[in-house]
Amino acid sequence: MVEEEGFRRYVAHIILWIGIAIVAFPVYIAFIASTQDNALIANGQMSLLPGGHFFETYYQTIFVGTSGSTREPVGNMMLNSLVMALLIAIGKIAISIISAYAIVYFRFPFRMPIFWIIFITLMLPVEVRIYPTYKIVADLHMLDSYAGLALPLIASATATLLFRQFFMTVPDELLEASRIDGAGPLRFFWDTLLPLSRTNMAALFVILFILGWNQYLWPLLITTRDDMQTIQVGIRKMITTTDALTEWPIVMATAVLAMLPPVFVVVAMQKLFVRGLVETEK
Amino acid sequence: MQKQAIFQSRLLPYALVAPQLAIVLLFFYWPALQAVIQSFLLQDAFGLSTSFVWFENYLDLFREPAYFEAILRTFFFSFAIAVSSLSFALLLAVMADKPLRGSMLYRTLLIWPYAVAPPVVGVLWIFMLHPSLGIIARYLRAIGIDWNPLLDGDQAATLIILAAAWKQISYNFLFFLAGLQSIPRSVLEAAAIDGARPMRRFWTVTFPLLSPTIFFLLVVNIVYAFFDTFGIIDTMTRGGPGKSTETLVYKVYSDGLLGGNLGSSAAQSVILMVMVIVLTGIQFRFVERKVTY
Repeated sequence: MVEEEGFRRYVAHIILWIGIAIVAFPVYIAFIASTQDNALIANGQMSLLPGGHFFETYYQTIFVGTSGSTREPVGNMMLNSLVMALLIAIGKIAISIISAYAIVYFRFPFRMPIFWIIFITLMLPVEVRIYPTYKIVADLHMLDSYAGLALPLIASATATLLFRQFFMTVPDELLEASRIDGAGPLRFFWDTLLPLSRTNMAALFVILFILGWNQYLWPLLITTRDDMQTIQVGIRKMITTTDALTEWPIVMATAVLAMLPPVFVVVAMQKLFVRGLVETEK
Repeated sequence: MQKQAIFQSRLLPYALVAPQLAIVLLFFYWPALQAVIQSFLLQDAFGLSTSFVWFENYLDLFREPAYFEAILRTFFFSFAIAVSSLSFALLLAVMADKPLRGSMLYRTLLIWPYAVAPPVVGVLWIFMLHPSLGIIARYLRAIGIDWNPLLDGDQAATLIILAAAWKQISYNFLFFLAGLQSIPRSVLEAAAIDGARPMRRFWTVTFPLLSPTIFFLLVVNIVYAFFDTFGIIDTMTRGGPGKSTETLVYKVYSDGLLGGNLGSSAAQSVILMVMVIVLTGIQFRFVERKVTY
């Protein structure tokens, strides 16, 4: 056992709490600001303790929105973000699990070229192809639609690789056994492989949901209608007006609401989150 | 590596890869190809005619001092973000790796910022450090610093780096902690028996054994600083004041959308693509991956 004297242990506790304070401070300030009066904040006289406007501000944020810059209830933005995040996460898992299944369990002409075509997309993040992708989505009349928000982000080499890795570790005996039972490829996939992949799918879902919810550049480009904007896009529009007009309590309430779902997912599903994060990076 | 037990079917495998392939070709390869083609074309000011100009867009870029400045700035940002975030995260991970009471709680309290979106990070930090109403800015001014990131380029850059590093702490912390936990206790015990004090044990045993993790995280952090800082920059400074926080990705966006210079924007995209390929190549070449082909 490596010895840890009491003093060093205290130092460790103190450093960790300082770290936690640094990490949490900006969010604490955001929450505090969302409960205070705008005039007070605009004068730079914000207090460090919660104010009395909690219900009023959050009600206005969720159901009404800012009075000036966006005029869109944040509740609706959250709904858009939720739909987009779910479409991206479920879509990615669905199309990559079936393509990985084909690549692992079948031999067919162009199998490896197809694998490489999918694999190379790792090197084409949305940022390096924004305008041409925008043009295609516009030509397909998918601007301001959920399909346009999700489809271009739905292909995932990472998820395909992950499922491929996992399928390689599934013992061959399982396939032989189900073949003896008379199961065809679809039945084997549905009855045997999918239940085995449940944990992997869940871990991946956690990561993909967070990444989907947090998308910014793409929704910024292709949503023009207020009622289609996601919460990440909406929050930026709230602070674009001149400083004096920014309704800070509402902006900060929106920030808190934008953080809530993904942070909740991380904390509540910590094991799956860590697993998903480590596996998608390897 | 191949499976021995497989199914025989002529059409089914194609049907299974079709959705993925269709999306990849339509939304990845086709736009990437368009970007390459576009980068060789020049449009007149009204978008009425287009001419093929070979490498003119690229040459223009390299003749433009602003582009070099953006490259240097992006590398500087990446370096500053990676170093500050990695060192702070390593310190926290080393502390959390000790057998402490409540270590699970510490982990939970340190990893959640991973889930905060870049534009929200930008909003949180600009609010704290806003020159007229920011709560930290107030104290900075009280100790005599003339703080105004909306006017001062260096201060704006500092702000971006701080915010971007803050967001990345939790990711780095998690991977450092995993790296530390995979170091065999026996090695550390052996060093302790040889009389090495904790600090010395860290630098001579732990740190070298952690170097694959450090290298992996360095690459990940650079990629992060290149691409994921877009949302932070866009909500905090929009590349300003002047161009003092304009990174390569931000420049692609602003030249294409605001400047309407699609040829130049496409050429910049192609250069970025090459950079991503190099970075991914480094990652695969030098970082141990469990992927087998």
